[in-house]
Formats: sequence, structure tokens, C-alpha cells
Amino acid sequence: MGTPLTKQAVADLYFLEHRAKVLDLAAFLDRFDRAAGPGEDDFRVHALRAAVTLLLDGQPERARRVLELWSDRSGEPIDRAPMKGALGAMPLDGKGGR
Amino acid sequence: MYIDPHVHMVSRTTDDYQRMALAGCVAITEPAFWAGYDRSTAQGFHDYFRMLTDFEPRRAAQFGIRHHTWLCINPKESEDVGLAREVLSIIPSFLECPSVLGIGEIGLNKNSRNEMTVLEEHIALAMKHNLLILVHTPHLEDKLKGTHLIMDALRNQGADPGRVLIDHVEEHTVRPVLDRGFWAGMTLYPDTKCTPQRAADIFEMHGTDRLWINSAGDWGVSDPLAVPKCQDELRRRGHLLETIRKVSYDNPRTFLSQSGRFSAPERA
Repeated sequence: MGTPLTKQAVADLYFLEHRAKVLDLAAFLDRFDRAAGPGEDDFRVHALRAAVTLLLDGQPERARRVLELWSDRSGEPIDRAPMKGALGAMPLDGKGGR
Repeated sequence: MYIDPHVHMVSRTTDDYQRMALAGCVAITEPAFWAGYDRSTAQGFHDYFRMLTDFEPRRAAQFGIRHHTWLCINPKESEDVGLAREVLSIIPSFLECPSVLGIGEIGLNKNSRNEMTVLEEHIALAMKHNLLILVHTPHLEDKLKGTHLIMDALRNQGADPGRVLIDHVEEHTVRPVLDRGFWAGMTLYPDTKCTPQRAADIFEMHGTDRLWINSAGDWGVSDPLAVPKCQDELRRRGHLLETIRKVSYDNPRTFLSQSGRFSAPERA
């Protein structure tokens, strides 16, 4: 059905909301850098940084591609559920993370 | 006027029913789900099913909302196959309740072998009794894989995709679900699923056929008014009233009416 909005209308309606989200992300990465102790190689932060790169590649369907980047791409059921919850991303090298 | 086809009212207050009614909610469906802890006996599920089929319809009716339900043991409790089979054995005794629409929300959580076994037995139960199926797809990084495993299981058991709603789709799963003939639901959550804005984007990219929206309001961070907020987002973008009605009223009504038990007033 397409969007009835013009590019100008999209910018007018949503810019401030997403300006705030970019600042939140910037502040999160600053906070992570300032923090001490273990966690430097946290796979979720690596996955977040990789997603930021993807946002700037000029290609369409960024939301779909970010979700795929963070997804488990294996095909077979696992032997046993290790926990109830989910972590939000997979290690980009396919190792560990659980 | 709207239908919220997936909301866990056992976890919400009576004030929420009142607010939903004021926002235009006329009917809801409530899938059986995880209580936040693992129940230790099938008797615990028996009591839960009584709550879903007896207490909640009466509580909803005070506000003019028609309450319907789906029964199952949720995939988060499916790792214990023995308990799951005990629960499966008591479900048929509730199937004559007039507000039971089908089996749900079944599916996968961590995509384990035991979860698959219990999913397959739920599908078999639904097919034996010719019931609609409401599917929960896994969270976050597990969703893409789990959605494909679930669709394969449904196909392998011969389920009619037109009688199955696969819920919690996002940008990476909506197209495969629709392309295989299933109905799809978008859950509007503040952080972990679709926002009203992203759901509106998905309608714009994938159309409005066989696609609905729900709040899945529960005991976690969630919003029982998420459906009217998405209606408002579509209105803000200039979409036609007819389009908004289709995704928030006509589509759920069409799918759910296949049960022969769903009841919602004709739209104004």
C-alpha cells in the first residue's frame, strides 16, 4: 500500500524522535567505553557496532537485515534449552555467547 | 472500534479492561502462556484453564468486551515432556467451552528438541479436533530459526496454513510466513518486538492481507493500549480509515470466525 508521506513529511514527523535515539546509542557506547572491568569483548556490543555499519551502507530493508545479522542462522533444533530468555544477538563469529 | 487478538488479561488489572473498552476494544482473545515461573503439576494448568474459560469472560463482559481463549502448555514449559503430555491430556475436557477458539499459543522458545516434540503433539491435537492454531515464535535471536522450524512442522503434519496464525512476526519473518500461506500477527511491544511505527512500516511494505496487530499485554513491560496506538500511527500517516479498520478489526474477525465461536459486534 506504500506510505502516503513525502520524504519531507517523514523528516518533519520523525526527526526529533530519532535524533534522541541516536544520542542514546552514542551515550551507551560512551558509557561502555568508560566502564572498567570485564566485558570488553561482549558479543552483543560487537553485534550492535556491526549493525551501525549496516545502517550506513545505503541499501534498503535495513531493519530486516539488522534482525538477520543478530539471528541464529543454524537450522537444526538444539539438544536442550539452556535458559528461558533470549540475549538479543548471536556472536558474529558463531562461537559462545550463551 | 478494535479487536485485540492476543492479550494476557490474567496478568492485567480490571482497570485495564476499562481503559481498553474506553479506547474502543470490543473483543479479545487470550492465549495460554507462561506465568513467569514453571508450574509444577497438571492440576495447576487445570486451574489456569478454568480461569481462562470462566473467570476472565465474566470480568471482560462487565466492560462490554467479548473474551475468547486458546489452550496449551506454552513452549517455555515444554522442556519437561512428561508434564507437557499430562497437560495435553486435560485440554480436550475444556474444548466444549464456548469461548475456546483453538490451540495456542504453541510454538518454540529456544528451539530445542523437546520443544519440537511438544509442538508436534499440540499440532496433532488441533488437527484431530479441527481447531484453529495460534503460534508463538521465539524471541530475539531465536525467532528466525524458530519460525522456519515451526512452519516446517506445520507443513509436515499437513496443517492448513489458512487456519494457522503465526504471531510475533517482524521484518525478517513476515514475508516467509505470508508467502507460505499462513496468517501473521505483529506484536506491539515497547522494546522487544514491533513498535507501532515499525508495524505501520511493515503494512506499507507487505500489504494488509492476512496480517493483524496485537498488544500481547502481559505481566512484563507491555501496553494493553498498543493496538489503538498503532491505529493512531496509521491515521497520523494519512492511511485510509478503511485500511485501519481492516488490520485492527476485519482481519482478526475473518480469521477467528473460522472457529465458529468467535463473537464480535458488527463494526459501526
